[in-house]
Amino acid sequence: MTKDALLEERISEWREYFRRRQAVKPADIDELEDHLRSQVDALSEAGLDADEAFFVAVKRLGSMDSVAREFAGEYSERLWKQLVVAPGAEAASPVVQREALVAIGLAAGAAIAIKVPELFGVHFDGPDHNEAFYAHNAMILVLPFFAALFALKRGMRAAGWFALAVPFVAAALIMNLMPFAGISNNVERQTEILSVIHLPIGLWLTASLFAYVGGRWRSHDQRMNFVRFTGEWFIYYVLIALGGAVLAGFTAFVFRAIGFNPEPLIAQWIVPCGAAGAIVIGAWLVEFKQGVIENMAPVLTWLFTPLFTALLLVFVATMVVTGNAISVEREVLIGFDLLLVLVLGLLLYAISARDPQAPPRLFDRLQLLLVIAALVVDVLALWAITARISEFGFSPNKTAALGLNILLLINLGWSIVLYTRFLTGRSPFKALERWQTAYLPAFAAWAWVVVAIFPVIFKYQ
Amino acid sequence: MNIQKDLVAASATPLVLAILSEGESYGYAIIKRVSELSSGELKWTDGMLYPILHRLERNGHVEAVWGKSETGRSRKYYRITRAGAEQLDRQRREWHVVDQALRGIRTAPADASKRGSDDSKTEREKS
Repeated sequence: MTKDALLEERISEWREYFRRRQAVKPADIDELEDHLRSQVDALSEAGLDADEAFFVAVKRLGSMDSVAREFAGEYSERLWKQLVVAPGAEAASPVVQREALVAIGLAAGAAIAIKVPELFGVHFDGPDHNEAFYAHNAMILVLPFFAALFALKRGMRAAGWFALAVPFVAAALIMNLMPFAGISNNVERQTEILSVIHLPIGLWLTASLFAYVGGRWRSHDQRMNFVRFTGEWFIYYVLIALGGAVLAGFTAFVFRAIGFNPEPLIAQWIVPCGAAGAIVIGAWLVEFKQGVIENMAPVLTWLFTPLFTALLLVFVATMVVTGNAISVEREVLIGFDLLLVLVLGLLLYAISARDPQAPPRLFDRLQLLLVIAALVVDVLALWAITARISEFGFSPNKTAALGLNILLLINLGWSIVLYTRFLTGRSPFKALERWQTAYLPAFAAWAWVVVAIFPVIFKYQ
Repeated sequence: MNIQKDLVAASATPLVLAILSEGESYGYAIIKRVSELSSGELKWTDGMLYPILHRLERNGHVEAVWGKSETGRSRKYYRITRAGAEQLDRQRREWHVVDQALRGIRTAPADASKRGSDDSKTEREKS
């Protein structure tokens, strides 16, 4: 009996090793196992004990590497990891199927939620459309479904669900009770636009993060996972959006061909419902593919870090040579803030994909150069903004830009210190990672300040 | 006698098809049969048989069904198809041609090998 148990254990170990070979599917392993057992039985009858029989049988089967290589030669498509698994395949377990149904249900919920206001006469499109309502509330309508996806998946308790509701309720109250005049009135309402821009960021860094990490928002590793997730999610969202654009294009084309105006169909249904549903579907795909497919964000980071470093260096050099200062218009300020946030993103994703134990490499030096260049640009932008503010006083836009630039200045400055320490071997890489994850709440807090406090301070101008 | 790897690989497909033309079978039994037929001279690495069987299955030369072994284990049984039988026929003819050619040389006078190599030498010198 114990002999049998030992054999069973050896066979299950052997299966486990084989399972790691991508080209060999469980059904193939079943077949090989039958072979192995037949061989073991035959050898046992010939007088070998179970253990010897097992080892001889395994040896005759050939090395796992070469068998797996033969299978790979035969099934080359198996080396391309397939995300959406065909029915009947091993990954389509009941759990995965249930999750897929939940995700599709929540995506449909998000798509419906964005259309619910129509029932109450608030139109997204058309002559009496209320653009402001959608600008204020789109994220508040859709993101709860995203949050619910992860709250369900992580098995969040009631307290977690309540905590999760707080940012949404707060956002709904702020956006709908503040006496904004409405964007569509064509009057420049800086605070309102600022609130609309910062709300998604504020919600993402609070509610989405909280749901994704299953309430364990204090954990730095979990926050880093959320950063990784965000990068992948963004890429998936863009890909889905491209597909959606093709779909919308063909919708327009086929209906025009029969003399039917497809505009309302596209503008009122495909675009808003698709954009809302894709938030949830993208999240589910990223969560599902985790570990199946290489992360894309670090690859893009690796590709673009040298290019952005070059851009920033050339830009600074041009500024020095020509003596031209950055002009302080809203678009320019937003553009520079986006550029700096993007650099921070490059830094974050490089960190997220890096093995903290690995020694410094050339890429790390390049990264440091990028961060230094970004810091210089940040200082130049700050200079331009403060010069403007001292001349004309504080406006909401300039104050928001000032705040973000200071936030970035602190982040980039300390990153440079930590990076230099790492490159000179005086501190571990983990310190830099920890600094970045520790800094996330600062961005969240700032976003909420702009959303909720700016309108009050600046009297809704 | 140690049969070269290349030859083992080349002969694997016709052998498998030929064994399956005797009737339905499964991996372990096929290997045992190969060993019997060649009096133990043809040694396969057992694991290599399966990719070959799967390729034959994908090409439609054999078909496979999951069944049960006599002890109740799941076991994949293979059966030759009409296309497989045709393929076997073709391969048999090819092997026959090779075999005939080799026999033709073997039945030649005893110093054939020596003369053969001399011939090839002069051939090379000419060119």
